[in-house]
Formats: sequence, C-alpha cells, structure tokens
Amino acid sequence: MPDMSLTVDQTTPIATQSLIATTHVVLQEPDTPPEQRRSTATFRLTDAYALVGAFVAALSMTVLLFTTILPFDAPLGFVVVTFALFVTTYALLVSMDESGPAVRDRVAAVVIHSLAFLMLLALVFVIAYAFVRGAQAMRYINLYTQDLSKTGPLDPLSSGGVLHAIIGTLIMIAIALVICIPVGITCAVFLNEIPGRFSRFVRTIVEAMTALPSIIAGLFIYATFILMLGFPKSGLAAALAMSVMMLPIIIRSADVVLRLVPGTLREASYAMGSGQWRTVWHVTLPTARSGLATAVILGTARGIGETSPILLTSGVTAAINANPLNGPMVSLPLQVFEFAKSSESGFVLRAFATAGVLMVLVLILFVAARIIGGRAPGNLSKRQARRRTAESARDFARMQSHTSASSPATSAIPSS
Amino acid sequence: MTATFVPPAADEVQDVPRKVTEKVGASDRFFRGIARGSGITVLAIMSFVGIFLAARATEALKSSGFSFLTTQAWEPDGGNFGIAAIIVGTVLIALVAIVIAIPLATAVALYISEYAPRQLKATFISLVDLMAAVPSIVYGLWGFFFLQGHVTGLARWIATYFGWIPFLSVEGADPTDPLSPPTVYTSSSFIAGIVVALMVAPIICSIMREVFSQAPAGEREGAYALGATRWGMIRDVVLPFGKGGMIGGSMLGLGRALGETIAVYIIISPVFVIQPRILEGGTSSVSSLIALRYGASSNFAISALFAAGLALFIMTLIVNFAASTIVARSRSGAESDA
Repeated sequence: MPDMSLTVDQTTPIATQSLIATTHVVLQEPDTPPEQRRSTATFRLTDAYALVGAFVAALSMTVLLFTTILPFDAPLGFVVVTFALFVTTYALLVSMDESGPAVRDRVAAVVIHSLAFLMLLALVFVIAYAFVRGAQAMRYINLYTQDLSKTGPLDPLSSGGVLHAIIGTLIMIAIALVICIPVGITCAVFLNEIPGRFSRFVRTIVEAMTALPSIIAGLFIYATFILMLGFPKSGLAAALAMSVMMLPIIIRSADVVLRLVPGTLREASYAMGSGQWRTVWHVTLPTARSGLATAVILGTARGIGETSPILLTSGVTAAINANPLNGPMVSLPLQVFEFAKSSESGFVLRAFATAGVLMVLVLILFVAARIIGGRAPGNLSKRQARRRTAESARDFARMQSHTSASSPATSAIPSS
Repeated sequence: MTATFVPPAADEVQDVPRKVTEKVGASDRFFRGIARGSGITVLAIMSFVGIFLAARATEALKSSGFSFLTTQAWEPDGGNFGIAAIIVGTVLIALVAIVIAIPLATAVALYISEYAPRQLKATFISLVDLMAAVPSIVYGLWGFFFLQGHVTGLARWIATYFGWIPFLSVEGADPTDPLSPPTVYTSSSFIAGIVVALMVAPIICSIMREVFSQAPAGEREGAYALGATRWGMIRDVVLPFGKGGMIGGSMLGLGRALGETIAVYIIISPVFVIQPRILEGGTSSVSSLIALRYGASSNFAISALFAAGLALFIMTLIVNFAASTIVARSRSGAESDA
C-alpha cells in the first residue's frame, strides 16, 4: 500500500520547510471496498457462546452421570462435578480457535470469577442466615425494651429482651473510647511527629499487637485488675480489656492516615512561623480528621464484637446494670453466646435475633465510617469547605482590625 | 540570553555561614513530652501484657517444668497438665482455616483489583471490609447451627475415599454402613477450620487487595504492550509484586486464626489427647480451653491457664513479627520508576 501520510523532508531546515513540504494524497482505488473500522471492544459474541455452550454441555453431562451412569446423589458433588466439567469443556472450546496463552487466560478468569463469587456468596450467606433465623424474634418490640430477669428458657418470644446487653455494650464501648481516643491518637501523632529509633520500636510493637488474640487481652486484665488489684468483675474491667485490644488497632490505622497528610502543608505551616504543636493542632489533625474518625470507628466495630475478653472480665447477668464499677455487666456478643449455649429453641431464636441487633450496630458504625472517612486528607466536603472559607474570612477580619488598631499606617494591606 | 552579573570580589565582606539555632518553645516542649509519654504508655501497656502473663504463669511452669510442653492432659490440680495436645489442636484448626482461606482470599482480591467492573469496585471493597468487621460470634452461630449439620456428608465422603491419608481417617466410623450416626464427624477441627477460614478470609483479602492495587501501572502496561494476556500480566507483574503482601497477609490471618476463641469454642468438643485426624470429632485450642476453664477455683489451675495463654501469646507474636518483617522487606508498596 502506498504511503498516504503527510511526508516531510526531515533534513530541510525549519525556516524553509513549510515551503517545500509536499502532501501526497492517495486517492482510493475504485475497486477496493471501503475500509472497515477494527473493533476494539474487549467482548466478543463468540466468548459468550463458548461460556454458555460449555455450561450447558457440563450440566447435561453431569445430569447424565448422576442419573444413569454413576451411583452419586450428593448435591455438593453435583455442583463440583458440573464445575470441573464446565472448566474442561470451556478450555476445549476456547482452544479450538485460540492459542495456548489465550486459553490459559480464559481458564484463569473463569476460576478467579467462580472462587470470588463463591466466597462473597458464602459471606453474604453467613450474615443473611443470622438475620433470617432471627427475624422471628426481632419482630417483637420487647426484644429492645426489656431485660431477661423475668424470662425463663420456656417463655414465649413475647417476653424478655436484650436491653440490658444493649446498655452494657454502649457503656463498655463508651469507656473504652474515652481511654482509646486520646491515648491512641496522641501515640499515632508521636509516631509521625517525633521520628527516631524509639518511635520505630513503638511502631513495631504496636503492629505486632494488632493481632493480639482477644482472649489474651481479657486474661491480662483478669490478671492485673481483678486478681492483683482485687477489683470485682465489672463493666469497667471489660471496658479496660476492650481498650487493650482496640488500642493497637486504632493506633495503627491512625498512623497510616497521618502519614498521608501532605508534607507541603506542614512545611507551609512551619514557614509561617508556627511551632510543632500549633502545626499539629491546626494543620495535621484537621487535615486528617475524617481518616482519624474512620480509624476510631473501625476499631470500635472490632471491639464491640469481641466476646471472650468480656466473658473473662465481666460476668453474666440477666438484669439491667448501668453501673460499670460494680456487678456483672453483659454485652451483646456475650449475650448471643449465652443464648447459643442453651439448647432451648426459644433461646436459640433469641441468639440469632441478638446477633442481628449486634450486626445492625456494627453496620451503622461502618456506614458512619464510610460517610465521614470516604475522603482523602485535604479533600473537603462542601460543608467543610464553606466552614473553612468562613473561618479564614474571620481570621482575615481579625488580623485587619488588629493591625488597624495597633498601627493605622500599615492598615492598607492588599485585600487579595 | 540572560547575562549574569558577577560583582567584583575585591571589596566584598567575607561570607560567614549564618548560625542556625533551633529554639523550641515551651508549648512545643510540652507537646513533645506528652507525645513521648503516650508512646511510653502504649509500650508499657503492651509489654505489661507479656510480663503479667509470664508472672502469673511461673507458678505452674515451675512445678511442671519441661513436661508442660509434652504432656497431653489438662488436670492442673492433679499436677498432670501440658499443652502438647492443645497446641496441636490450635495449629491444626488454624492450618485448615488458612488452607481454605488463602485461595478464596486471593481470588477475591484478584477479582476486585483486576477483573471487577470499575463501578462495582468500591462496593466490593466496602463489602469485604464490612465482612472483616462482622463479630466472630456470628460466624460461630452459623457454623454450629447450619454448617455442622450440612457438612457431615462431605466429611464422610472424604473419610471414605481419602481415609488412607493418615490425617483424613476417622476412627470409629464404618463407611460401609449407611446408617452409622454422623455424630462422629461433628465438632471436628475440620468444621471449626471452615468457620475460622470464613472469618479470616476477609482480613487476608483486604491486605492482598491493597497490595495488588499498588502494582505499578507502568509495569502492567509494559506487560500488555509486550502482548501479555490479562492472566499473563497478573502472573508476571501483579503476583510477583504482591508476593510479600500475600505472605504477610496470610500470616496475619494465621495469627487471627490461632487466637480465635468463641467461634471455635461453640463448635468443638474438647479432648486432651493429640488428635491429628481433622475430620473426627474432638479437638482443642488454647483460647477455647481458657474460655472453658477460667472459672477454675484453685490458684494453681488459674496459673496453669496463664501458662497456656503465654504459649499462645508467644506463638502469635512470632507469627505476627514474621509477617510484618516479610511485608516490610518485600517490594510491595515500593514505588516504581515507570
């Protein structure tokens, strides 16, 4: 095919080039068909045919195997055999018009898609199962307004509830947060602001502690707070155990968020003459605020769902106890555990319902985290941006009134 | 052309480096003190965990000595106790969990980072993160009330056809008798392992996805430019790049699996002999032992429990340290030139 592009003599000096440059326009020869645009779509109809065909073939073969040829009958076996035959048939079909690497690519895609689908399905199923089994008991309003003190295992679902566990959970997590937020955020700031050998060491220890088995946290508080210091088992002890568990989780994710604060922002603050503390308080922390909130909320979601530390450090009770200093206090997961241990069908239904309440609580926290923390540091929502503009206007007005009061001569600062 | 004007050097004063002093104000000094104090506090809390466990455990460890690691019974008041059986049970459950969780987690992580439609990516990421925050008791309930009843068929099938592999055999079951009770297959390490696998898979998955999505775009496009298929690109760019993250994430999952208490406690029926047959009912784990016996009356029995807890603590610490070292050393997270 003849050259149809603009040809430019490369050796010609630029000044004269425009004069000599010639354009060869190739006229379409009359008998060639018009050029077809090549399809760049990643999906072809033949791919779909291969997939559907392989699936139908595999299903038919499996039905044949299970009904007439082999003595199999398990539904799980049916699915597994169908899948194996499907992958084989699909590979065979694709290999008829594609090369080896393309066949491997298709097979890998099919396997990855199916495994991913399997796991997501299993996880959704686990959660849906608790809600479905618990729906019957969750419908009764008394589940949320009564405690269990007057309810025996044989009482109907219209009596008794888990209000004491809801109150207990909220009290414990509130105490744990009062401990964890200041200590955790300060420690994360320390890791970022004062680098050195010591903070590296602290970071390593914290990272290793994020996977601390929760029962060890409970055992630790049991050893110190209850056995050594002689306090009774109480909601406070449970909250302390929760904090020991949540602290490393919060520090670690807060550390990651603080590291994302752009260094230029800090340097700008230093350049304006503010010290380290002012920079942290007015620049670093506000910039990372949404990420820090997410870190705290995710730590809370982890802490709220733990059973074993509370089992060890607080006791089990069926009545409302709003005093964290004295007497046993029960939390939602622990109440689920107590229900599940009894084999009475009414209590089992309540176990699922309580698990449902717990998951709704975790879901609310999680959605809150997404809404607050969906943004990167410095990326403000409309409302935050408005507030910040108003703040800086106020600052400007204050500075101007200050300067005009002290020395009227210099008040003519350009206002933009 | 710009000209640089160089002043004649003759009448110039000699340049002296300006003296730089760092003056730290009172508020900054106070802030640094507080920050350092919080670091020390956290460090102290974390080391107290180990110290107090060890202190409480010494009484039991002193009396049992080395036999603590080799004895297969748990009768602390009779002086006959050790963690050989419990540790084996813990490790077996965790291994079953990890073997099931790793392929699933890898597939989901690859799906989300490489295959999922762009509009759905954020949804899947949130979904997996949410799954990682689901309380373990929910998984335990599912395992006990649903899985236990439905998985015995699979367990029986494996035991019948693969029983010649030692750890897959089941004692006391007759595969030729269709009426033999399925209870011999319940409460096993296998079932506990499946439940823990579903619990740790989202955690492993979210670490792996993070690492996979950091695989440098330049190298990905380079692979495509050389004619690689998508799987070829994944195999030669994404997986080698994410190897450290995969190993580290799996080990963090292993740490979680080792320490899982309640889901395991609900499912297993505790035995105190080394029971390597994972399909057969009866196994034990350190954390469920603690949850089972923490109400023990005598001080010595409590001390023995602390010794078991110490063993679990050391085990998870080693696994976690190894995991974070591997993640830190790997190329994952490193910037690429392209």
